[in-house]
Amino acid sequence: MFSPAILIQAVINGVLMGAVYALIALGLTLIYGVLHIINFAHGALLTMALFAVYFAYKVLGLDPYVAMLAIAPLFFAVGYGLQRFVIGPAAHGDDRSVMLVTLGLAIVIENLLLYAFHADTRTIDVPAGFNVIDVDGALLGVSRVIGFAAVMLLTLLLWALMKRTDTGKAIRAVAREKLGAELSGIDVAHIYAVTFGLGTACLGIAACLLIPTFYVNPTVGQSFILVAFTIVVLGGMGSVTGALLGGLFVGVIESLGGLFFGETLGQLGIFLVFILVLLVRPTGLFGERA
Amino acid sequence: MADSLLKVDQVSQRFGGLLAVNAASFEVEADSITALIGPNGAGKTTLFAIIAGFQNPSEGRITFAAEEITGIEPHLLARRGLVRTFQIVQPFATLTVRDNIAVGAHLRHPDRRAALDKAEIIARQLGLGQLLDRPAENLTVSARKRLELARALAAEPRLLLLDEVMAGLNPSEVRDLLPVIRDIREGGTTILLIEHVMQAVMNLSDRVHVLAEGKIIASGRPEDVVDNEEVIEAYLGEGAARQYGTSGRPS
Amino acid sequence: MKGPLAVVTVVGLLACVPLAGASNVTLNFLIVAMLAALVGQGWNILGGYGGQYSFGHAAFFGSGAYVTAILQVRYGVNAWVGFGCGIVAGAIVGGVIGFLVFRSGLKGSYFALVTLAFAEVLRIVGSVAPITGAGVGTLIKLDLRPEALQFQSRAIFYWLILLLVFISLLIAERLEQTRFGAWLMAVRENEDSARALGVDVFAVKMGAAVLSAAVTAAAGCFYAQYFLFIDSSIAFGSRVSVEALLAAIVGGSGTVFGPLAGALAVRSLGEVAKLVAGDAPGVDLAIYGAVLVAVVAFAPRGIVGLGATLWARLRTGEAGHLAGSSSRG
Repeated sequence: MFSPAILIQAVINGVLMGAVYALIALGLTLIYGVLHIINFAHGALLTMALFAVYFAYKVLGLDPYVAMLAIAPLFFAVGYGLQRFVIGPAAHGDDRSVMLVTLGLAIVIENLLLYAFHADTRTIDVPAGFNVIDVDGALLGVSRVIGFAAVMLLTLLLWALMKRTDTGKAIRAVAREKLGAELSGIDVAHIYAVTFGLGTACLGIAACLLIPTFYVNPTVGQSFILVAFTIVVLGGMGSVTGALLGGLFVGVIESLGGLFFGETLGQLGIFLVFILVLLVRPTGLFGERA
Repeated sequence: MADSLLKVDQVSQRFGGLLAVNAASFEVEADSITALIGPNGAGKTTLFAIIAGFQNPSEGRITFAAEEITGIEPHLLARRGLVRTFQIVQPFATLTVRDNIAVGAHLRHPDRRAALDKAEIIARQLGLGQLLDRPAENLTVSARKRLELARALAAEPRLLLLDEVMAGLNPSEVRDLLPVIRDIREGGTTILLIEHVMQAVMNLSDRVHVLAEGKIIASGRPEDVVDNEEVIEAYLGEGAARQYGTSGRPS
Repeated sequence: MKGPLAVVTVVGLLACVPLAGASNVTLNFLIVAMLAALVGQGWNILGGYGGQYSFGHAAFFGSGAYVTAILQVRYGVNAWVGFGCGIVAGAIVGGVIGFLVFRSGLKGSYFALVTLAFAEVLRIVGSVAPITGAGVGTLIKLDLRPEALQFQSRAIFYWLILLLVFISLLIAERLEQTRFGAWLMAVRENEDSARALGVDVFAVKMGAAVLSAAVTAAAGCFYAQYFLFIDSSIAFGSRVSVEALLAAIVGGSGTVFGPLAGALAVRSLGEVAKLVAGDAPGVDLAIYGAVLVAVVAFAPRGIVGLGATLWARLRTGEAGHLAGSSSRG
């Protein structure tokens, strides 16, 4: 039905797209792995990041790839602040409360964006936006290639952070054994906030990578988040490897699925996979117990 | 001779490569207080979980009142008269003491009023009468232990599995709880208890089984078992029996 | 018997509102608030009493709404029969989702996540399936006759939804006084302890899910009859799911009157927001989100909980005062 060239193209697109999905999923799985909470606000935060990048371009004239240098720390701070001063204190350490608080935040963020910017869709035309490189007959979108490379680099940096720095070690300690870490003098509230901040920083960077080829409106975060959640349950809650491999895998599946079945059914398909994985094997392929 | 109410027959439990329980076999006589003791990590709580239906054994059979119960779910076992308590007490935190015990009472009494009345009776029996309307989360450790006991008792069990009911209690609290447990046995309930507090084991049990590294290494009267060389070594290490001596009685 | 009497009293008072000459605007506000109270009570059965927090209760609301609408519009079924069928449909959906999810042992955040996903699946299906009218939605023909479950007078609609709320309040009140309710709350607090005491945790959760879904579906059916139009985002969208849990949490989850109090409070707040910020989309929901966070942080037992604490303080205050005066007198 489809020529091999088109199929290969779809696969490559899937892999490139999958890298950015993986980044979004990475933030989610990091937060789960350390704080043991499902961040229901992840989608809204991504939307917020997309708007931020959009306005950095429109108002300040910053190219998204340049803006990344500011957006990443900015969103780290946002995430740190949210966890340290809102989520942590409000939830009193109770699981059900955390769920409700992150949900509440999601609702506030999304609707504030809706109120401020209305439901219109916006796009930006970035110089590199639709350029393509021709590699052996396959067309690779430049921005997607940059995105892929950036994610790989970032993962390496994150890995280095976790293994080599004191903060990284503290994060791993808290993730494994909170009480012990606390007794060893680690400021758990701070580490929780740092982890959350890293998760939202990932979203900030992902937004910069997505913007050149995507549109922005107050509900767009939702569709990415669904994919991110699916990746995280597929790859395993709390597993970084799972998030990466899962991201690439889902990217390819989505690309091929879109090719054969069209967008709406593709979305439905992802939801059904998501539900199925949750019902059958919530630990995912690499992760910990549900 | 009394019939055995519970029979554990060659039960083993494997977790991956680890053999937590190794061909354990023992019996519990009806109307007795039987203790299961052993060093930490010996597999006692795992065995309890298996008996009470919270886990399926890798091998072996459990028989209760002459019927095989291996693999039957906990709530069905409770209905047959086998009720367990938990080592780390798990009260229904936001419910009152009365409502907590009533949940147990409801097993035999569908009517709310009847269950609440029964809950009150049992609470007073266990010295919780003043605390009936207090939320369980506001109780002291000692009171929570009694609540755990009261709940289980309200379910009118034939066999009560007590998992370290004395843990966390000071010596006078332990002493106060001893007659309560004896009374439960007088009331017609057989008791199998896991216990570390020796004062309780020696005072209460008719028969003791010792579990070490997943295996039953000794069974007998409490005073005999504590003199057993293997038992001493299981707790204190190899050579300890020789070092600290036994009273010379055969095991 | 305090419980049922309190319910009758409250509902009785509410029923008098139209008789006191309330305007259509007021009645409309109250009807919408009662709708919120109904979905809230539905959520409360599974979430408040049962401790299983669903983020996708719209699945049941929408099922009720669509079944009743489609039966009338496409198959000419009588509106009252359609209403009943809608409730049954909701209950079935509740049973199916409950079975799948509880069999898998999903709890806590995972439960919330998967219920969210189910609602979204239904929303997408509803937005493309021909039988629902796809993106265009389903329109019930205006037919102001009681036989068609449509009424000229808004007051009658109000009394109808009040009747449904009344039934839901009685259900909650009964939950607190029966064995099933005791079991349900035990499951909420600690599943293993409940099991050890003979509670069939799976069966109890299933029962709660079906009951919860039925009540929520009834709200959906009413919505269809009152507004005469539904589409997939109304029926299965996140707004309903949020309103359901919001009413219960703000009012006091796990209490009889919590969802009612919460619905009235939240809806009033929404009206105030509209006055202040105009009809801009998103204002009321943004405030709802903030309220949710605030309630969880500062008043986790909701309005009913605050009321109970206040009442207790007043009583000990009174007793202290009396003791003081008697010691002097």
